[in-house]
Amino acid sequence: MYRRARFLPVGDKALSIEIGNAISAEINRQVHNLSHEIGRLAVPAILDVVPTYRSVLVYYDPLLISYAELESCLRALEGTLREGEVHATKLLEIPTIYGGEYGPDLGRVVQHSGLSEAEVVRIHSGTDYLIYMMGFTPGFPYLGGMSERIATPRLQTPRPIVPAGSVAIAEQQTGVYPIESPGGWQLIGRTPVQLFDPSREPPVLVQPGDYLRFIPVDESEYADIQHKIRSGVYQLVTSTMDRPP
Amino acid sequence: MRTIEVIEGGFFTTVQDLGRYGYQRYGVPVSGALDRFAIRTGNLLVGNQEGDAGLEITFVGPRLRFLCDSTIALTGADLGPMVNGKPVPVWEAVRISRGDVLSFQRPQDGIRSYLCVNGGIDAALVLGSRSTFIRSRLGGVEGRPLAPGDTIPVGDPAHSAAKFTGRKLASHSIPHYGNNHTLRVIMGPQDDAFTEAGIKTFLSSVYTVTPMFDRMGCRLAGPVIEHKVAADIVSDGTPYGAVQVTGNGMPIVLLADCGTTGGYTKIATVISVDLPSIGQAQLGDAVQFRSIGLDEAHRALREQEELLETLRS
Repeated sequence: MYRRARFLPVGDKALSIEIGNAISAEINRQVHNLSHEIGRLAVPAILDVVPTYRSVLVYYDPLLISYAELESCLRALEGTLREGEVHATKLLEIPTIYGGEYGPDLGRVVQHSGLSEAEVVRIHSGTDYLIYMMGFTPGFPYLGGMSERIATPRLQTPRPIVPAGSVAIAEQQTGVYPIESPGGWQLIGRTPVQLFDPSREPPVLVQPGDYLRFIPVDESEYADIQHKIRSGVYQLVTSTMDRPP
Repeated sequence: MRTIEVIEGGFFTTVQDLGRYGYQRYGVPVSGALDRFAIRTGNLLVGNQEGDAGLEITFVGPRLRFLCDSTIALTGADLGPMVNGKPVPVWEAVRISRGDVLSFQRPQDGIRSYLCVNGGIDAALVLGSRSTFIRSRLGGVEGRPLAPGDTIPVGDPAHSAAKFTGRKLASHSIPHYGNNHTLRVIMGPQDDAFTEAGIKTFLSSVYTVTPMFDRMGCRLAGPVIEHKVAADIVSDGTPYGAVQVTGNGMPIVLLADCGTTGGYTKIATVISVDLPSIGQAQLGDAVQFRSIGLDEAHRALREQEELLETLRS
């Protein structure tokens, strides 16, 4: 983490606030705190706020606010942010069926790790993952905190189509493909939960800065949840974390 | 309901407006017209709000039958538009009668033309915008380019059509795209990842538009831009206009459908008023970059707003 955040112009309509230059939960927490506070400012000249691993990109309308005014307003905000201040963080449970046709690459992860299938599933579902940021496709969560023991390289050749809901691993990252898209990650399972739905407001179920936990389910539980989702009666399991791990 | 029937879709015709803001934190790209000046002008010429949706027509135009009386404007590239086989002017409001057929001959200048219709294209709003984002099938007509047999809904106009017919952009204000594009840039945010020689190469060389050119980005070819160490960074936000330089030292100008975050160094960012120029470039065109300061960029933006203001009355 930098001692003081860096403020950089990004073209003529955006400003980047860099908190640090590494993937770390501490830096990322500052990013989400700051982006939350910027949102609370409700400045009409701020058009969009994008939290990333280690920076916040603020889009603004230069016809309404000058770069200098914006920078001083954001610097003041940064100064008031107390060390370690945390906004209510949510934990969302993601029912996941591992292996089989739902996770065709689970075998490769087993082979690469030298662990048993049950062990891989236990490790993958035994961690609460921080959503560092969203990107790649709408709603795709970049998750951090996966055990090195199940880290597996990407596929040599990406798949042209990865089904929506696929839970996957690439190196030491894990994630969920929220919508059907191409992709090169190892598919280890699938969730029936729709992480991204453009007809919802907001279109996502959890925000960057929140946490996900994968809950192993069997085929009949998966089918039951899928049925409930389709009939609109599925209750997502979320909880508020007082003190994130 | 007012509608337009699609006889032929053309090479790549999509519904676009000024884009989708407020959802980039969820990984939803901004999208919208690649020539914002053209679509805003077209809308103002026909009495619409400048953020109304129009059709972005790429290179080979569609054949469209209007099933309603309309006032239209074709702005941006001159793709040789004709109504019932007779050439019609660009950057000018033109009266269309029910049954008229709009078609295109061949590109004269630029590659992306905008069709604005009084009342606006009335595709459903998705996350606050009608823009089509093909990769995730969002917005527009089922999130895809137009196809034969589509029926495009048009909104009810706010004004009587007669008031706007014949309105045009002054000829000295009409952009000429040509085949040489000088893009003004603000350096950064990762210009410090390049050697002095790398920066010099970037700002003094002529780059060429390659076939790797879609709504997500325009890959250029030319002299290698030298990094100090590596082309990878810890991912951060990537705006429309960012010039990304990957490991092979070649620049890519990110466009409206680009991802919201990315892990490559961004040497510079193209200023807003010069984005239409790269959006209108075609295969083999020459591209050069010129570094300017924020003040100059904002001055150019205000000048463009003043020009658009004259069309708002």
